[in-house]
Amino acid sequence: MPDGTARFATLPASPGVGYKPQHFKDLQDDPGPVQWIEIHAENYMGDGGRPLAQLRALSEKFALSVHGVGLSIGGEMPLDRDHLARLKKLCDWAKPASFSEHLAWSTHESEFLNDLLPLPYTESTLSRVADHISQVQDTIGRQMLLENPSSYLAFDESTLSETDFLAELTHRTSCGLLLDVNNVFISAQNLGLAPRDYIDAYPVDAVGELHVGGHEEDSVGFNQPLLIDSHSRPVVDPVWDLLAYTLDRTGPKPVLVEWDNDVPDWPTLRTEAERAADVLTR
Amino acid sequence: MTTLQRFRTPLLDPTQDRPEGLRGAAGAPADTRYDVYRNNVTHSLIAALHSAFPLVLKVLGTQNFDRLAPAYVRAHPPTSPLMMHYGADFPDFLAAQPQLSKMGYLPDCARLDLALRRSYHAADSAPFDLETFQQLTPEEMMQTQLIPAPATVLLRSSWPLFDIWRFNMQADAPKPQMQAQDVLITRPEFDPAPHLLPPGGGDWFAALAEGATLDQAHDTALALVPDFDLGAALGLCFATGAFRAKNGG
Repeated sequence: MPDGTARFATLPASPGVGYKPQHFKDLQDDPGPVQWIEIHAENYMGDGGRPLAQLRALSEKFALSVHGVGLSIGGEMPLDRDHLARLKKLCDWAKPASFSEHLAWSTHESEFLNDLLPLPYTESTLSRVADHISQVQDTIGRQMLLENPSSYLAFDESTLSETDFLAELTHRTSCGLLLDVNNVFISAQNLGLAPRDYIDAYPVDAVGELHVGGHEEDSVGFNQPLLIDSHSRPVVDPVWDLLAYTLDRTGPKPVLVEWDNDVPDWPTLRTEAERAADVLTR
Repeated sequence: MTTLQRFRTPLLDPTQDRPEGLRGAAGAPADTRYDVYRNNVTHSLIAALHSAFPLVLKVLGTQNFDRLAPAYVRAHPPTSPLMMHYGADFPDFLAAQPQLSKMGYLPDCARLDLALRRSYHAADSAPFDLETFQQLTPEEMMQTQLIPAPATVLLRSSWPLFDIWRFNMQADAPKPQMQAQDVLITRPEFDPAPHLLPPGGGDWFAALAEGATLDQAHDTALALVPDFDLGAALGLCFATGAFRAKNGG
């Protein structure tokens, strides 16, 4: 924020939404239960114009979460220092209540592949990701939350479970975790595991934020439908149930509704936020 | 090769075999599951091109656009996580497609789309207003350097680029007639818009952008276009906030 003060130091344990510019006015006039918003960091790295002006206005009213999608924390290359500097600049300016990124990779040599790609869970991945997280936290001067991926496959060479991998990262780096409940549901279905077992094994003490979102089923060419993390639909009932199960373990936490593709009108998204509020107060 | 290198290589190359060492549910082979990532990467980049190049999309139609786009995204993946900059070499790619040789104006359409996006994300600035300018004497006016706003972009085309844009993006616009056109993109607040400069206006504005005084820029334009209309060019610039400040005068 331009006045250099953070109005909201933490995300409230209430519903938030992934911010879309088409909801700018509705969100302010009729927020429903929404008290905070999440933005994709890379969309706010221009020099000016509407994105930054909207962010300036919204951060007067809503707590802010900055969610990076381009850092490639799991990549084999050193982190992109220019991009880290841009993230620091954005965080210094917007003073978000939270900063998060993904357990994934998206950059290979000079290419950015615009997707969150999967990692083998091995000791060598663990030390690389831990080094990268420490570098991020040292550079931007704040704790980051790391989000679990949605998986369509696994690597033969993995020696650690995802939950053990994440727990070890929190020990080594003191990072927090962003637990995406929809991703847990998707990965469990796709890899033949039980979602509640994942939640039971998850290091819940480190959780700073929860995500829910919609997914699609792809049944073409697969024996069992594969779930695709599309963020293009309402959250399904089993994911709301899994959120309730998760909140029983974590206690009240900020819950974000993600809807990034085929973005609906505001009343539809607000209804999803109301449903998250219901689960939070159950 | 590392695991991630093996994973990367076939992502944007459908002729390459899927990587080994992957599995699906309960230890079964991953089979076509890898293709989910192939699809995600390719489709997300094509979707990015759709929103980045609305004029090209309109001119070609979605079906034709989507026939070209996979080859572009495979050969030119982004080189930065700032997707707002993706597609800088799309105009050159279009220019090199033999099947588009009869659409010589298409690369300039892509340049216009790129310029509009650049303007959209450019730094904010308060416009240098006409009232302040009019307080100068005519002599002082001609000695000023007018400094373009960060969101102002000049595009010079040997095609009727402004008319092509208007014909495709606005209702009831006239059909383009063959002529060269200079387009000035300005962003009074947050929404960039293209404007047609009068003949000679491109040379005039380019000279101003390089630091010429109004007098020098006027001479440059007159040398090329004897009936260059300075009043019209200045009027357009002031009406649309093309300048952010002046030096001298």
